[in-house]
Amino acid sequence: MITFEDVTKRYPDGTVAVDHLSLQAPTGAITVLVGPSGCGKTTSLRMINRMIDATSGRILLDDQDVRAIDPPTLRRGIGYVIQQAGLFPHRKIVDNVATVPYLLGWDKKKARARAMELLELVGLDAKLANRYPFQLSGGQQQRVGVARALAADPPVLLMDEPFSAVDPIVRASLQDELLALQSELNKTIVFVTHDIDEAIKLGDVVAVLRVGGHLAQMAAPATLLSEPADDFVREFLGRDRGIRRLSFVPAKGVRLGPLPDDLVVDADGRPLGWRSDGGLLPYGTFNPERDSLRAALDAALLSPNGAAIAADGDGRAVGVVTRDALDDVLIRYAEKSLEHEPEPGERVAADDHGRAEP
Amino acid sequence: MNWLIDFFGNADNWSGPDGIPVRILEHLEFSAAAFLIAAVIAVPLGLLIGHTGRGAFLVVVSANTARALPTLGLLVLVVLLIGVGTVLPVLIPLIVLAIPPILVNTYEGVRGIDADLRDAAYGMGLRGHQVLFQVLTPSALPLILLGLRLSAIQVVSTATVAAFVGLGGLGRFIIDGLATKAYSDVIGGAVLIALLALAVQLGFTLLNRAVVSPGVRQVR
Repeated sequence: MITFEDVTKRYPDGTVAVDHLSLQAPTGAITVLVGPSGCGKTTSLRMINRMIDATSGRILLDDQDVRAIDPPTLRRGIGYVIQQAGLFPHRKIVDNVATVPYLLGWDKKKARARAMELLELVGLDAKLANRYPFQLSGGQQQRVGVARALAADPPVLLMDEPFSAVDPIVRASLQDELLALQSELNKTIVFVTHDIDEAIKLGDVVAVLRVGGHLAQMAAPATLLSEPADDFVREFLGRDRGIRRLSFVPAKGVRLGPLPDDLVVDADGRPLGWRSDGGLLPYGTFNPERDSLRAALDAALLSPNGAAIAADGDGRAVGVVTRDALDDVLIRYAEKSLEHEPEPGERVAADDHGRAEP
Repeated sequence: MNWLIDFFGNADNWSGPDGIPVRILEHLEFSAAAFLIAAVIAVPLGLLIGHTGRGAFLVVVSANTARALPTLGLLVLVVLLIGVGTVLPVLIPLIVLAIPPILVNTYEGVRGIDADLRDAAYGMGLRGHQVLFQVLTPSALPLILLGLRLSAIQVVSTATVAAFVGLGGLGRFIIDGLATKAYSDVIGGAVLIALLALAVQLGFTLLNRAVVSPGVRQVR
């Protein structure tokens, strides 16, 4: 657990970057600090590993005040990932990953073996180990950055806009991989971004900060979407809050109907399209075991007849959800959400969209 | 061409205390001494100023002085101040000449390193000196070597002035040759100095390959 107790950062010129911030980043969860530029999110993050020292207030790592620990020692126990990866250009990838183990005095063989493990963990080919950073793409460098931060197995990981310098497709896959990694590793992660969609996708808890370093709201993503604390948060969240909230409702409860005759499937039972006079019509699928209601709705919207095809993990059609059945679910959900908000645990770690096929 | 054949073909030129081998050795001695002293002063100073950001004005002053100060003038001044007879009158101007390229390039090499890299190094838990020696210096090495090379070539070319104050070196062929109108000596001496400068250049190219990481060699 990372605790901010009334933390303020005031620069000598009088600028206040962070103003009496109190919050807790729970152990084993991803806490996202999000807000417009100038809201003090990066400053707050950097105060945790003392890249910046707070002017007043305390930051506790579990129960220890970070100010009581000598900065290099503190930092070796905290993973740190930055936007441009910041890999050491003169070192091979494997040695970059082994940076902290080397600093901790591990022997070279053990450190390198550990580095190779991590390269595999972040999905990088072992062949890249002996390359130099300039030979890797931006996305690969960022993966190395994550591997380096994890090398000495620190309990805490600080990530400062780590994915904002890569293109949207690579960013989405890095985000998915981070979630997959986190489900295995259960690190206490503090993640800074200016992208609210990234915050909602990654965060177990999202702290929205406003310019001047004030905490506007801190809540689970679904709560944030349904109950923004004020106009600033509402505006920052942007449009489509209602639809986006459906990302946090599992599609599992949706009633599946039998496969209709006009659905054409291949020999393995994978859908090919809807039969019509002019050939096959497009369709959309979702996985009822894994996906959210939003994905089911999206899949329904992709089919001209408004029916979403439920597919299993191998892509085989297992049933169909008609628009009427979906409407029932949506209405029930709307009524229920008036009574209580979905718990964070109900959240699905799935993508937001149905898979579109031809 | 004939002059070159006269100079290099003359067996007398290859032996004795004023022969080519001895003159080359003398020349290299002044040059190496001046260059090494300059490097020992300028490399650490450049690293320190680049790392801490303090004392940057020294770099500017040194760069400007280098452009403004005539080596020959300084040589005469030092001779007037401390007289001839020692090797100092030659060494001091050469050192003064050699420092600025090393200092400026070392400083720029360290200072020009991406702020993100520095940030990452501290963020990983490296201490100040570890950041300097394990990250900044290896990354700045191509520029540091460039400074050393420029400096070495200048020193080798300029060590010719030793002859003005009665010391040896390849400058003797030029000065004495001019005085006695032995133009083959003048040309021969000049060619030898040029060859020496080329050898220095070659040496640094090899050194660059040996000590600079491929990771930073490619980038610049």
